[in-house]
Amino acid sequence: MKDEGGATGRALEPPRSGPGAEGSPPGERFRPGETVVVKALDPPHHTRAPRYVRGHRGVVVEVHGVHPRPDDVVTGAHPPAMEPVYAVRFSAADLWGEGDHSVTVNLWEAYLEPLPLQGTGP
Amino acid sequence: MSVPTRSRGQREDGHPDSRLARRQRRLEELLEAAGVVTGAELDAILDRYLATAKPANGARVVARAWVDEGFRHRLLADGNAAVAELGFSMGGGIQPQLLRVVENTPRLHNVVVCTLCSCYPLALLGPSPSWYRSEAYRSRVVRRPREVLEEFGLHLPGHVEVRVWDASAETRYMVVPRRPAGTEGMAEDALAGLVTRRGLIGTAAV
Repeated sequence: MKDEGGATGRALEPPRSGPGAEGSPPGERFRPGETVVVKALDPPHHTRAPRYVRGHRGVVVEVHGVHPRPDDVVTGAHPPAMEPVYAVRFSAADLWGEGDHSVTVNLWEAYLEPLPLQGTGP
Repeated sequence: MSVPTRSRGQREDGHPDSRLARRQRRLEELLEAAGVVTGAELDAILDRYLATAKPANGARVVARAWVDEGFRHRLLADGNAAVAELGFSMGGGIQPQLLRVVENTPRLHNVVVCTLCSCYPLALLGPSPSWYRSEAYRSRVVRRPREVLEEFGLHLPGHVEVRVWDASAETRYMVVPRRPAGTEGMAEDALAGLVTRRGLIGTAAV
């Protein structure tokens, strides 16, 4: 079932201000080939970020149009944020620690963040 | 507004229906009361699916791709537009869906799942098989696809890359299997007869 929410934890941030916040399609934040990280979300409501990819790193392979964010639809936000949906490819070895296959998952933009910059520590 | 009398989820013999059917009917009532969808819309969608949705549709699309190189390219680039050439539509549901068609090659095998429920291109594949909706398939095929495919009788050599596609949003995936060897002289209709629903999902070779 699509109820992937937990009882506690971090929810999605509200829609960003500016273009896209009021239902007009925003530009795409990520490009094919870009490495992204799925936020370690655990909202108290329905979401479409499957648990098995949360917190994992993947590569954007395709952009699949702009769709209403399901978290907004289910919580009754009017209008729901319209966001790009990406096909993000994960390696099985990264997800499960085994396997030579890949898994490609469709994820709304709000579920993703850029790869943190490397080498910025002391 | 009057809500039409609904019969789905109710058994024709008058016996109490199952827990699942009661739950489904209650959900429909809530969706109707909230104004998300009307009973008439649900009925129209189900009637249309039951009348026209079948795996023979997907098989026709695959057979055309096997015999028509131009169509094959269009299908892989824009599934919605290509299947419309054959009179099929992905717009039968509440909202139109993006159709992404992925092709098997000698070095690549694709397999489709919906880990969150059981999404797939209904219009082209018909109602989903029970195994596709099972927790066992949904949880295992993303983790150990080669093992699951073996259980379906499909052995993939180690050099064949396996790509699993999880239909977790509004995109629906369909697989174009490899055209079997020795079918060079076959007509398009006969080729379509070779293609199975499992082949269109990726759990069979064709």
